[in-house]
Amino acid sequence: MVVSDRITPEAVAKVAKLARLSLSDDELQHATHQLSDMLDHFADIDALDLDGVTPMTHPTPIANVMREDIEMDCLDRDEVLAAAPAAEDGRFRVPPIIGLDD
Amino acid sequence: MTALNDSFPTTAIDIAWNVRNNVVRATEVVERHLAQIERREGDIHAFNLVLADEARARAAEIDDAVAVGRDAGPLAGVPIALKDNMCTRGIPTTCSSRILDGWRPPYDATVVTKLREAGAIVIGKTNLDEFAMGSSTENSAFGPTRNPHDTTRVPGGSSGGSAAAVAAGFAALSLGSDTGGSIRQPAALCGVVGVKPTYGAVSRYGLIAFASSLDQIGPFSTTVADASLLLESISGHDPLDSTSIRQGPLDITRQLDFGVAGLRVGRITDLPEGASPDVVERLEQAFDALREAGAEIVDVEVPAFTYGLTAYYLIAPAEASSNLARYDGVRFGNRVEAPDTNAMYTATRTDGFGAEVKRRIMLGTYALSAGYYDAYYGRALKVRHRIADDFARAYERADVLLTPASPTVAFHLGDKTSDPMSMYLCDTYTIPSNLTGEPAMSVPFGTGDDGLPVGVQVLAPALQEAMMFRTAAVLEQRVPR
Repeated sequence: MVVSDRITPEAVAKVAKLARLSLSDDELQHATHQLSDMLDHFADIDALDLDGVTPMTHPTPIANVMREDIEMDCLDRDEVLAAAPAAEDGRFRVPPIIGLDD
Repeated sequence: MTALNDSFPTTAIDIAWNVRNNVVRATEVVERHLAQIERREGDIHAFNLVLADEARARAAEIDDAVAVGRDAGPLAGVPIALKDNMCTRGIPTTCSSRILDGWRPPYDATVVTKLREAGAIVIGKTNLDEFAMGSSTENSAFGPTRNPHDTTRVPGGSSGGSAAAVAAGFAALSLGSDTGGSIRQPAALCGVVGVKPTYGAVSRYGLIAFASSLDQIGPFSTTVADASLLLESISGHDPLDSTSIRQGPLDITRQLDFGVAGLRVGRITDLPEGASPDVVERLEQAFDALREAGAEIVDVEVPAFTYGLTAYYLIAPAEASSNLARYDGVRFGNRVEAPDTNAMYTATRTDGFGAEVKRRIMLGTYALSAGYYDAYYGRALKVRHRIADDFARAYERADVLLTPASPTVAFHLGDKTSDPMSMYLCDTYTIPSNLTGEPAMSVPFGTGDDGLPVGVQVLAPALQEAMMFRTAAVLEQRVPR
């Protein structure tokens, strides 16, 4: 594998943290090499003159979609909660939110 | 490939006609397909789940309806396999990911509802690259699917299970999803028809999102006419999908035998290189076949085509990194317990996602992160616009375009797993249609190296499916022997 330095292990570690993924040291090195290689390949668009080109986020023009304000069925609460890892008293149950994280 | 022998109907159109007219029973159709699954599924692994009991029960309902003279629907009694990223109420839907293993959706995807209304019988949920990220179906948490034409080779991906299921005669039809080629490339590698419709033509409600501006559901079948029938049955406006096009079902079958006389078929002169000689030879024969059938072959340029791969591999992971943020162990799927929520999110995602999914989440997070957004994601969106403009210009000169679907025939398992970039290059010819939202399909057109299937891709402007299918139907009639 051609080693490129387009992205540093520190940057990959930051990205992994943002994405809520934990990487071992080996995985971090491996991911850094792979992402660098990809970014090398993706540099082919660097030479393009894109001044004045509008970003295209979607194939079709998107507008807000409204519907008539009428009552409709929604998902069954018990069925939804039954598919959750943990539920209690009609709600999703999670561990404490505050306190232990860095 | 099908081992359903004698005169028993095998295409969806024939099965539905025979069932509707009480010539064969849906229960017998289902039993024959289950027997074929029994014979070959052990070698192929097309399915994450075979729904034998459910299929038998549904077939009995259809036979009862026919017996009392009710209309059993245009797909009456036709077994269909669903890619396992389409929600089926109460039936496990995994995306071939450990993070969703065992999850039972509380609702049906719109396509599932439409299939039921049309009389089709869901026979199983098919294997895929985890969250539809891959081109070989080797990235499944439940093991790879193998190509029915040669079980040492991949079926393509990410809808490899759906392509293999039709190629092996496990189901007359199947549905896949196509974000960068995930229907057309496996269709080419398995020797079946595969269609990515116009973005918004088929509802995405209940399709588990990978990259929302690129994802589209579409059919696999053994014949062009079957794909047309299935696409008509699943298309049309859906108020549950805000990107659904506000029009009725596509109208294709009526025009299927109109031929290509006078049609302008475009050859892209600046197409990216990389297709192997056997594939290029079949493509040339496809142009010849269409010319003989009365089409005019015209040269067009699509200069930005070659930048599609880069634009796609920045945009799709960016959207995926956002879409897959929902897998955090709270509302659905699996959880790894930890003392607080942040630790629980990280432990759950680290344990639940496979290597390729993590790679794309990180690439996408990076492309969207502060300081890099403009350089990567922002520029990729501009390139996307450039590609769409180039295609619009090409379609001023041509009605449809022809390219290879896959650069090569099916490759061996393990050939590309250690080098992600080599796997990504499989999508070179299929990606631009996802970026533009325009329809494209792969139609089998003879064989290449080692006698393996080759697919030719037909591309068309938005909502011009009828013209695309007419072209494919002519190619189907003129397949080189």
